[in-house]
Amino acid sequence: MPIVPLSRIADARSGDKGEGSNVGVMARSEAAYVFLKGALSTALVQRHMAAINRGGVKRYEADTLRVLNFLLADSLGGGGSASQRTDAQGKTHGLALLRLELDVPHSVLDATRE
Amino acid sequence: MPRKDKVLVANGQGFWGDSLLGPIRLCREGPLDYLTLDYLAEVTMSILQKQRLRDPKKGFATDFVKMIERTAPDLVAKGIKVVANAGGVNPMACKDATLAVLRGHGFKGVKVAVVEGDDIYGELDALLASGETLANMESGAPLASVRERVSSANVYLGAFPTAEALDAGAQIVITGRGTDPGLVLGPLIHEFGWRRDQYDLLAAGTIAGHIVECGAQCTGGNYTDWRAVPDLAMVGYPIVEASSDGSFVVTKHEGTGGMVTQRSILHQLVYEMGDPRNYIGPDCGADFTSIRMDDVGPDRVRISGAKGTSPTPTYKVSISYENGWKALGQLTIAGPDALAKAKLCSEIVWRRLAYDGCTFSDEEKTIEFVGANTCHEGIDVPHASEPSEVVLRLGVKGHDKAKLDRFGYELVPLVTSGPPGVTGFAGGRPHATEIIGFWPALLAKSKVSTKVSVFES
Repeated sequence: MPIVPLSRIADARSGDKGEGSNVGVMARSEAAYVFLKGALSTALVQRHMAAINRGGVKRYEADTLRVLNFLLADSLGGGGSASQRTDAQGKTHGLALLRLELDVPHSVLDATRE
Repeated sequence: MPRKDKVLVANGQGFWGDSLLGPIRLCREGPLDYLTLDYLAEVTMSILQKQRLRDPKKGFATDFVKMIERTAPDLVAKGIKVVANAGGVNPMACKDATLAVLRGHGFKGVKVAVVEGDDIYGELDALLASGETLANMESGAPLASVRERVSSANVYLGAFPTAEALDAGAQIVITGRGTDPGLVLGPLIHEFGWRRDQYDLLAAGTIAGHIVECGAQCTGGNYTDWRAVPDLAMVGYPIVEASSDGSFVVTKHEGTGGMVTQRSILHQLVYEMGDPRNYIGPDCGADFTSIRMDDVGPDRVRISGAKGTSPTPTYKVSISYENGWKALGQLTIAGPDALAKAKLCSEIVWRRLAYDGCTFSDEEKTIEFVGANTCHEGIDVPHASEPSEVVLRLGVKGHDKAKLDRFGYELVPLVTSGPPGVTGFAGGRPHATEIIGFWPALLAKSKVSTKVSVFES
């Protein structure tokens, strides 16, 4: 199976939620969604975002929207106006997750537009 | 009976600081019934509260008044109604300034309504005494633990008071803190006569409001495949074309830039989302997964089927409190060896401070090398460690203001006493500024009463 970045088969947007952020991952095809539901686990996201997020990761599935929504509990360097990070609102966390490299089956790639 | 089949509700301001062109072009470039404008964030409430304590005529979003000054001729000529949470912590003063602008234009008889009741800052002690703990939703700690440092406290009101103001004939409705989707839901409740127990309809209006609440974020802004977005410079702000049955079309004015597609809408639907099945608002719960999206024309997506549930017995309260101090400064380091030199600069600052007895824990320090993968720290990115130049950002926080000000003295000296290539100190010496903490809490709805007043220019 080819190794490709998550961005090959999904879009993402992120924003702040309290002291953490959410990353909505939008699969670009049904095949990609089914694959990601199995492959994009909370453990994998936790590992990939470990330097950004000091807290836990929770995942919500929205089948009808083909969306996996990840909540990163402590990813802003402090809530309110306490964070001094450049990305204090987690605006770029979606793009960070899209950099994740995954082993994706040819069938999923074929079914998902670039 | 509904007065209209379809109502056009737009959002022209996703946050305080959004482009001035949003509302101006929405009024100018096509048909519109309602213009909604969002000005408030958690941190904003605290800043406004302090402004009001210094001057009783302040404490609201002054940008709103400037916006009315510019758009009033269009608003009056076309009969466009405005709903804005520009009142901040002083909606009456915002109303006075708005009326003054309308009168300045010579517009007589324009009705401006004010929604009050969200601001519970003055009632906190009475509420605590009555048994409300206003415990932090995240930590569980009671508000009493930070009570003396609280700088603002506002309830996220629902949309019904806004509808009431419109029922009373208001053309401009000024509110304090309410939910962002409520800015859109209020006009729909007014136009279609939706009742408090029609949860599916309220959920539809809430979802419509959520989709447009961040302005151009649903019309092509902040979109993953940014190359596919046409004419982002002239991006159109979103318009909801709502029907009384709860279905609605998301669109934008013809000829504007950006795009409205199912994917552009989905991008916004997931923004700041928690549980997609249970989006909790003051008027209902909304199930984002219940919607159906259909393309019904160029830049036109129809959304239908929204399902809602009964609301909770509590309001969410946005409380801010003073939580120490912070200071931040930056320098630009040119190459060669930009990153290595920036790291040396950082070490130099901490050692010089330590010599003077000023130390900070890792938790209190922020050290960033912008240009060398700061935003995506820890993620392997090609060539991230070989930038041709970097911006060194150093920050500290804590409760000792004098110590933070001491930090500010040791950044700029690097220009002459650090490695070569240090520049970009235009911001001057960093100074300590207050950290505003955010304290989310719940409050029984029975403890809150709202009031709607109508005035005329």
